[in-house]
Amino acid sequence: MTELENTGERVRVAIVDDHAIFRAGVRSELIAGVEVVGEADGVSEAVLLIARTTPDVVLLDVHMPEGGGVEVIRRIAGTEDPPRFLALSVSDDPEDVVSVIRAGARGYVTKTISGPDLIDAIERVHQGDAVFSPQLAGFVLDAFAGATADERDDELDLLTPREQEVLRLIARGYMYKEIARRLGISIKTVEAHTSSTLRKLQLSTRHELARWATERNLLD
Amino acid sequence: MVSGGIAAIGYILLWVALPVAGEGPAIRRWKPRQGSRSRLREPGSARQFKGSWAVGAGAGFVTLGLLFIFRETGVGWSDALVWPLVIAAAGAALIWRQFSQSAAERAEEAAAAGEGVAGKPTRRSLLGPFRGGVGIALLLGGAVLFLYINGALSAGGDVALAGLVAVIVIGLVAAPIWIRSARELSTERAERIRSEERAEVAAHLHDSVLQTLALIQKNPDDSRRISTLARSQERELREWLSGKTETDRADSLAEALKVVAAEVEERHQVPIDAVTVGDRPLDENAVALVAASREAMTNAARHAGAAGPVRLYAEINPDRSLVFVHDRGPGFDPEVVPADRRGVRDSILGRMEAHGGRAEIRSIPGEGTEVELVLESK
Repeated sequence: MTELENTGERVRVAIVDDHAIFRAGVRSELIAGVEVVGEADGVSEAVLLIARTTPDVVLLDVHMPEGGGVEVIRRIAGTEDPPRFLALSVSDDPEDVVSVIRAGARGYVTKTISGPDLIDAIERVHQGDAVFSPQLAGFVLDAFAGATADERDDELDLLTPREQEVLRLIARGYMYKEIARRLGISIKTVEAHTSSTLRKLQLSTRHELARWATERNLLD
Repeated sequence: MVSGGIAAIGYILLWVALPVAGEGPAIRRWKPRQGSRSRLREPGSARQFKGSWAVGAGAGFVTLGLLFIFRETGVGWSDALVWPLVIAAAGAALIWRQFSQSAAERAEEAAAAGEGVAGKPTRRSLLGPFRGGVGIALLLGGAVLFLYINGALSAGGDVALAGLVAVIVIGLVAAPIWIRSARELSTERAERIRSEERAEVAAHLHDSVLQTLALIQKNPDDSRRISTLARSQERELREWLSGKTETDRADSLAEALKVVAAEVEERHQVPIDAVTVGDRPLDENAVALVAASREAMTNAARHAGAAGPVRLYAEINPDRSLVFVHDRGPGFDPEVVPADRRGVRDSILGRMEAHGGRAEIRSIPGEGTEVELVLESK
């Protein structure tokens, strides 16, 4: 499953989710590939846990009382050497997903993801890459749809044709390895495209993205 | 002065033609999708309230306009009449409006809030008397002014003064009480709507989620059945949460594809993940695209269902619709098509071509199969 070279060291992961049953399920699936350093069931607990255990990657539920995953990222943002965040949610609402990415999460996967795929995603995030589920790729294509190479548009508000191609293949269910082969590029290049897409997603002022994020912030 | 008359007539016409502001459903139904938070709109009383003042003022202006016309045409009588009449007309309009509206308001209120509240006064029915009270005050003021101008008050001056003081004192005493009870009633009303919504949500969860959980507990060993139950329940719940209705689904290509994906998933008990970008209305060609997609998904579910979820990705632009159905099954050599796939392939290819589109099937043995459907819109 894992396409990355094994670093030999197991990634240290914290699980933040307000559902105990779900945390237990994820934990048992992750044992095979990563080290789970702790669990938290709320925003304040998560902030304490992260400060205490300094995990590499935090698996973050989008919906929780007290502001959800966005609030955890916001509170951790100022600290020294913050962990990387991977959003994990049942929500398929673009608003929720886009706002947690814009807050700083490195990727988004749905809760129905298989154990091995989740471990793969965690390792990818740990390496500093972006993780796009097919669902997230669809949202991003939707959000950037209609943006053409217009000089008035900020560069951040546009996806390059290559980035669009990569996202389409992700949405169609291809793995990075297969995408690289189809496009005749290296896996590293595929990762560079997804990382640059993530950056645009976080920094773009495109109307839809800004609106999604704003609506969410107003409600929190 | 003639322009005053024209304005007056225009106003009457508008009053007759325009609907009353604030009519229509007074309560917005709770929709979880609205930021997952219930937002209650205050009843439309504020707007209706203003509407009534406008009518009162309007009636005053109409009277003023008519009096000007009479004066211009020489029918006039003493100018001393003008202001008392204008004030009285405004007051009368307020009172009449109050009475003519009450019945309709009450009916609307009962319909919106449901039964069981019929006996309770509400904020709006309290605003009514207030409006009426101002009307009466204006009417009386007009009458007093008229009497005063005509000198009829000189004798009864003391009595009038006493009456006026009494009215002011009663008003000062009653106003805080009225304001407080109006506020309490509106809180009570919001609370009632909230509890009705809670009951509705509880009823829905009971009929759906709890039933499904009970079914799952009864069949703990049938993992395939459990996962199907869970997925179809999930889908149902998401639909309900997103507030989409049957009509929304019926006329959109993206929704139609999702519905078909769900049907194939249910029939073949193979998970199908559908991602769509963009949308367009469902015309005849789009219906053919949906049908071909169904064939492709059925095919994938039947031959590759054991190898993980089937993926549907649709990208719908105004000028072109693309659908990809991707599975991770054993794949096959399209040159050596098994007999049972021939028909499906033909029905996919044939159907797309008949509607000005095209289809392509790519399969890599051992890695999976992808069907691409393209429909260009003219």
